[in-house]
Amino acid sequence: MTPARLYTLLGILVAGLFLAALLTGVAAVDPVTALRALMTGGEGPVGIVMREIRLPRALLAAMVGACLGLSGAALQGLLRNPMAEPGVIGISAAAGLGAVLALQTGLAAAYAFALPAAALVGALAGVGAILFLAGAGGGTLALILAGIALSALCSAATALVLNLSPNPFAAQDIVFWMMGSLADVSFTHVLLAAPLMALGAFLLWRTGPGLEALTLGEEAAASMGVNLARLRLSVVLGTAAAVGAATAVAGTVGFVGLVVPHVLRPLVNAHPSRLLPAAALGGAGLVLAADIAVRLVLPGQDLKIGVLLALVGAPVFLHLIWRMRGAA
Amino acid sequence: MRPRQIPLGRGACRRLARGLPGLAAALWLAGPGLADPAAPQRVVSINLCTDQLALMLAAPGQLRALTRLAQDPESSVMAARARSYRINHGRAEEVYLEKPDLVLAGRYTASATVTMLRGLGIRVETFAPAESFAELRASILRMGALLGREAEAARIERRFAENLARLQRPSRGAPPVAATWAAHGYMAGSASLTGEIITAAGFRPLARLIGHGAGGFMPLEALVMADPDLVILSRADPAPAHSEAVLDHPALTALTGRAAVMQDRDWICGLPAVLDAVDRLAANRPDGARE
Amino acid sequence: MSVLVLDHLSVSRGTQRPLAEVCLTVEPGECIGLIGPNGAGKSTLLRATLGLVAATGRSSLAALPAAARARTAAFLPQGREIAWPLPVIDLVALAQGGRRTAPEVGAALARMDLAALAQRPASALSGGEQARVLIARALAQNTPLLLADEPIAGLDPAHQIACMQLFADLAANGRSVIVALHDLALAARFCTRLVVLAGGRIVADGTPRAVLTAALLEEVFAIRCHLDEIEGAPVVFPLAPVPRGER
Repeated sequence: MTPARLYTLLGILVAGLFLAALLTGVAAVDPVTALRALMTGGEGPVGIVMREIRLPRALLAAMVGACLGLSGAALQGLLRNPMAEPGVIGISAAAGLGAVLALQTGLAAAYAFALPAAALVGALAGVGAILFLAGAGGGTLALILAGIALSALCSAATALVLNLSPNPFAAQDIVFWMMGSLADVSFTHVLLAAPLMALGAFLLWRTGPGLEALTLGEEAAASMGVNLARLRLSVVLGTAAAVGAATAVAGTVGFVGLVVPHVLRPLVNAHPSRLLPAAALGGAGLVLAADIAVRLVLPGQDLKIGVLLALVGAPVFLHLIWRMRGAA
Repeated sequence: MRPRQIPLGRGACRRLARGLPGLAAALWLAGPGLADPAAPQRVVSINLCTDQLALMLAAPGQLRALTRLAQDPESSVMAARARSYRINHGRAEEVYLEKPDLVLAGRYTASATVTMLRGLGIRVETFAPAESFAELRASILRMGALLGREAEAARIERRFAENLARLQRPSRGAPPVAATWAAHGYMAGSASLTGEIITAAGFRPLARLIGHGAGGFMPLEALVMADPDLVILSRADPAPAHSEAVLDHPALTALTGRAAVMQDRDWICGLPAVLDAVDRLAANRPDGARE
Repeated sequence: MSVLVLDHLSVSRGTQRPLAEVCLTVEPGECIGLIGPNGAGKSTLLRATLGLVAATGRSSLAALPAAARARTAAFLPQGREIAWPLPVIDLVALAQGGRRTAPEVGAALARMDLAALAQRPASALSGGEQARVLIARALAQNTPLLLADEPIAGLDPAHQIACMQLFADLAANGRSVIVALHDLALAARFCTRLVVLAGGRIVADGTPRAVLTAALLEEVFAIRCHLDEIEGAPVVFPLAPVPRGER
């Protein structure tokens, strides 16, 4: 399959899922009425449901998924490791801690943009810690162990901060920050996350050629003219921005960056550069599908999207570990 | 709800004897704060609602410790009065060290603590959350009886009933619809104190119309589609929580009906202060029933 | 004109000096064998030459901008890393910015006898085949200079000879090669010039015949050898390590 055809197919898939997401919800609205209300604003509550509730939710699902898929593909390219994934190696947890700190200190209430910005700072610290502990040549084991430690630390700190809150519901928020949810997001969230997501995507998008050369290792890539320092910085900043923005509005949505590249890599002949757009589209599709599923499985209840993704993602993770054992 | 008879064992006799000189002082100092000499003299409350009921009724010196929440103006309507009391965190050991002769607790919270205190031989009385005006009035009377303050309790209960009757006014035509909405999209049931407050304010609770007698989760979409005349956003605390972020969703402001904000302290406990909630909600009636 | 000039190139790591004051000039047509015991600084010299590690002194290659450097020298690192199972032809095409159709890619595949494997994923190949793919990638870069860090380690004798023959042929066609290796016999047979490193310094530099003397082998490598000549090329046959007391 040529890359262009693959991207087209994935694009059609995402468009279809986006439409399905718009038509999924507890309110029974027939598709024609729903789409007309979406276009014209319509009269009464249907227009509000379509424009203020379902549209931002579907948009954000696609954006969050694209960011996570893209980040996973780029991180894997940089670390040359199929298990590098923002959720698995603790970057999402670090971003979540940043976001929770911004919320609980009141910073986010004073400046709305402080929420994604703090998540970005958290994610940046997380990527930095991971690269420091298990960076170039650290190997899979060091990467996974560093990720477990970082996740545990950040999750514990998040739980602590939320437990200190006087609001009795804050402690329940721990579930959201660990499992992620797109329930009842609004255009406020879309606008909050979009600038950083765009920045992250822009930075990651341009790493394709460098990641491609990195297939042969850092020294060979450098000898072929790749500026390693700049490549590393682009991936680190891009991932932090994309994952930070996604986590700030949707909590920790795990496994997207693991599953999507794993499934799509054979379809792009393992090319790290072609994987980037494919993983962005695939990630958007996966999160849209998962968000449709949580609404179909338990309508009216906020089943966390991370629960569903972990059910899909954890077996893929186990499969990768199994394969790594075989290779060793 | 009759208070349990206190068996007059040797301990009780001694307590009675020790309480007598203090009683004279209380009589002289407190005036209306007259306590039954047989009533418990070292009362500890470990529940926000029993805190406030006891604060309302106890004689001076009778109440030893309250929960921390009772002093928090965001949670309690009697925070100022609660400030002069010692606080506890509802843990069995600190409650035990107060040497209480009566512990007041919620029926569904801290059950391990309650079991342990009873095991240690301490008298614990539990109060279920009031689910109606009738239960609210009953719990005032019961608290009065437990504290030996029956007369004061009867006076407060009577005044509450009169004020409630004055506030309730028949609506012209079908009453407007009001929906409560809280963290996670929770809607309080119609067969609850909240439901009665809404009804007393001249609204029909949406929960009754959709059969949510016991309360339940109402997705944002369903709430928007129901398009009630009033959405009552019920917040626990001004501190941020993602679970409550949904109360700020722009779709709610796009609704045609009005929106009112209630904080938990206004109506979570069955206290006479819930009449303020009735009054405030009634002000939101679209038919302008308040003159 | 020289392809490469190193002028007092040194690398410091803490108090250690893995490379000290190396001066070297490489002319077109030279196939230079870089030999020396483990830890002599062979890999460090190649990396410093390319500018991959911080160094003092001057390397004419490291001084170039990255793109010009990539057009001047190709590098075969020691670890044969192929992180993802790309098809062989795409791995080779990395040298040409991913352009499969570039004539250099086809030529390199043909030269390394990989045309039949071109569409296979690299992960499906044997170790020797993967080594050939990586050499083909370096060839496809089509540079006047090739730096190779132990390219024949781990290869079977036939592949070792084929690889060294390739380097000798490149030199014969006017390109320059610097190859670090441990096999003194292959170095003597295929290289036009040997540079001997010990303790980060160049201790000998010249034709194989001039460099490979019993005294040098004993002093630098701590081995006793049988030295001979076959078809006009010197042959080194290691016999025994020098006993500790005599070093």
